[in-house]
Amino acid sequence: MKLRRKVYMVAGYNTISMGTGRNEFNPKKTRPGLENYIKEAGQAVLEKIGGAQNVDDCVIGNFMSARFNKQANLEAFFPMIDEKLRYKPGISVEGACASGGLALIAGIKSVLAETAEVVLTIGVEVQNSVKAIYGADILAGAGWFQERKAGHAYFFPGKFSDRAGAYFEKYGRDNARKAFARWYRNAIENARLCPTAQEYHNKIQDLEALAISEPTPAAFVDHLNVYDCSKVSDGASAIAIVSEEGLKRLGISKHDAVEVVGFAHVQDDLTRPPDDLTQLKTTAVAAKMALESAGISIRDLATVETHDCFTVAGIMAAEAIGFAEPGQGPAFVLDGQTSRTGSIPFNTTGGLIGWGHPTGATGVHQAVTIMEQLTGKAGNAQISIPQNRPYGLSVNMGGDDKTLVSVVYRKG
Amino acid sequence: MNYTERLENVSVLGAAGKMGSGILLLTAMEMADLSLVPGNKDRQFVLNAIDISHQALSGLMRFLRTQVQKAAEKKTVQLRKIYEERRDLIENEEIIMQYVFDVLNIVRPTTRMEAAYESTLVFEAIIENPAIKVEILSGIDRNNKKTPWFFTNTSSIPIHELNNRAELGGRIIGFHFYNPPAVQKLVELIKADKTLDDLVEFAQNYAKNLRKKIVPSNDFAGFIGNGHFMRDALHGISEVERLSKEIPFVEAVYMINKISQDYLVRPMGIFQLIDYVGGDVCQYIMSVMNPHVKDEDLHSRLLDNFISAGIKGGQFADGSQKDGFLKYEKGKPTGVYDPGKKTYVPAAEFQSRCDERLGAMPSSTLPWKTVIGSQDKTALLERFFKELTGMNTMGAQLAVRYGQRSMEIAKKLVADHVAQCEEDVNTVLLTGFYHSYGPINDYFK
Repeated sequence: MKLRRKVYMVAGYNTISMGTGRNEFNPKKTRPGLENYIKEAGQAVLEKIGGAQNVDDCVIGNFMSARFNKQANLEAFFPMIDEKLRYKPGISVEGACASGGLALIAGIKSVLAETAEVVLTIGVEVQNSVKAIYGADILAGAGWFQERKAGHAYFFPGKFSDRAGAYFEKYGRDNARKAFARWYRNAIENARLCPTAQEYHNKIQDLEALAISEPTPAAFVDHLNVYDCSKVSDGASAIAIVSEEGLKRLGISKHDAVEVVGFAHVQDDLTRPPDDLTQLKTTAVAAKMALESAGISIRDLATVETHDCFTVAGIMAAEAIGFAEPGQGPAFVLDGQTSRTGSIPFNTTGGLIGWGHPTGATGVHQAVTIMEQLTGKAGNAQISIPQNRPYGLSVNMGGDDKTLVSVVYRKG
Repeated sequence: MNYTERLENVSVLGAAGKMGSGILLLTAMEMADLSLVPGNKDRQFVLNAIDISHQALSGLMRFLRTQVQKAAEKKTVQLRKIYEERRDLIENEEIIMQYVFDVLNIVRPTTRMEAAYESTLVFEAIIENPAIKVEILSGIDRNNKKTPWFFTNTSSIPIHELNNRAELGGRIIGFHFYNPPAVQKLVELIKADKTLDDLVEFAQNYAKNLRKKIVPSNDFAGFIGNGHFMRDALHGISEVERLSKEIPFVEAVYMINKISQDYLVRPMGIFQLIDYVGGDVCQYIMSVMNPHVKDEDLHSRLLDNFISAGIKGGQFADGSQKDGFLKYEKGKPTGVYDPGKKTYVPAAEFQSRCDERLGAMPSSTLPWKTVIGSQDKTALLERFFKELTGMNTMGAQLAVRYGQRSMEIAKKLVADHVAQCEEDVNTVLLTGFYHSYGPINDYFK
């Protein structure tokens, strides 16, 4: 697939990913709500692009505000961000934890369809409104509701625990568990370099020793501990998706933007159990399609943002994208290849485990992170981008490998 | 009568009180869990929550709902299994709410003592007054045709005294929870000479199901917990009396409170603990214990004076701390009561002078919270006490005196056969009082 026009992303912004771990977080005190996050992220992007009059179209990605915050019709919050957005078009998209990715896709398509030159794209989720045990009910909506009754109290940790169990059985437990702990350590160490990350304040010294602790099935799930899981997060991310003409309108140089050189959006049947618990097949399909559409291979990538809602998902994604053969993901991670100094740095600001996972915002957050890395704006988290490998890849997953969005970026 | 049958009809007396409400909560959940066992579907479980005021019972039901919900949120993994057959209950929230209802549906709040006449088990947590306890327990026993068993939560009255005076024929056992019962892991189990063996076995099973740690105490007034605490408090008070010959009273209280907290690595200083329990409660417990001890006088004139002046401590209904020896702001001590001036003196006025007089703290000093949460607790304590005992400051000397006295009290509890072994005394102080080390140790040699 060759894109019929050039598409760029510019002016990305992340709010803090708020939740346990942040010093400011106090579950007993009133916190900013959905509106505050939408406004903060939206206004920050508008400021960078010279104001709301430059915006043609708006997209907001969100998973479950209808339950977390009893709020729907989110597109009508755009005029609250800036009065100049009144009477402009806006849509709200939902695809579980890939809602942010879907927002990117909707923005890209709007630019490709020439219905807009500049699309303000936001992802948001505010989940600390309920305790985790009730949040688990809400997030279970990303699965098939007919499976809820038989599912675990912590539905998705349960699903990925089953995957981890199957993986242990097929490829051995010890190395896989060690790799989970290393994945956690990489995530936290990267998050400590990014001031908006939920684990930015994490001061624990021996991260791997902590993360290797045994799971406690009576209170949680069989094969994962809490360090294997992304946390409950509140946050929003926003970015402008623009055409070449849009860039001119904004007066922004291509060098400050990333170009979207390929993308894929696929889904699998929600009612169908995974063919193989040890593999993320839909992820593999999406990443392959995105890379093919960009005309590149994984050897051209400088960095990857992948959907590590659980450590096991991060490692299986490394295999699915093609960096390691099935069963070799743990060795690849333990060898240091995915660390920020490795051959292919993954999740350079911490990913879902380290930066945070405000579900509907995650897909947009991945795009912002890659934009920052490729344009040299990642601050202390900056990695070096080799000239012969100038590409970045994001993989955003909704549900248990059901809804997938993958995007390939290059510096503009 | 087996364990389940015994728990089919239970009464808690003083159910709306500080201890009673926790006992009711734990018992209600234990009974509900039994009622949810498939084989028990046809049994009717009844838990009478008996107290003297409707207002307090209404508050109790609010407390129960909140607490049961919290407990259910923590055991949702198991609850999903328990309600596996209920196809209408799908989400965690539906399951948690059903459990809250199932627990509350067992509880019958009432002000009528007659409710206990049908019970096979009666748990009393009423005022710590032997005469009142005897009257109520014997009254229930006379009118109850089911020869009930009695649990008493007394923290000071010998169980054999209650047994003999209420003529219960060995159907009573001391089952002493620590405050708050839902949180504190420790239970002192006190068997009187005539307590039935079956009752002891039942009590052990019940404690196990409540996931409590049992420490057996022999049947001596005050048992292990108050046996140590009351004497420890009297030591703190006598140290203040000694010091206040030289320095102002408020400064002496401040210093001894600091010694017993920071220098001894305890969760709170001795005067804060007296205030937490309530000076009047301490005074009363001592008065219950005193007639039973021969070689010492468990009594403090200073404490009497404070109580008569209305300075008692204890808690407000919302759980916040009342002023006592110390003044509190947001739960933290900020001043000390001066009986001469009849007012509280802010600590800021004398704190730095006192700290200077006590001398520098050891460089290895760590807050209690850090020590208790550390995996290297023993190493941290060894280093700290080694440094402390090598120092010649006033603070170090007072601390060593305090630690030695605490050990002396603990060893006497074993020598007097209140505790069966030294380890039991240490367990009570570690578990029931959250000390970071037991009173019998090698730190103060």
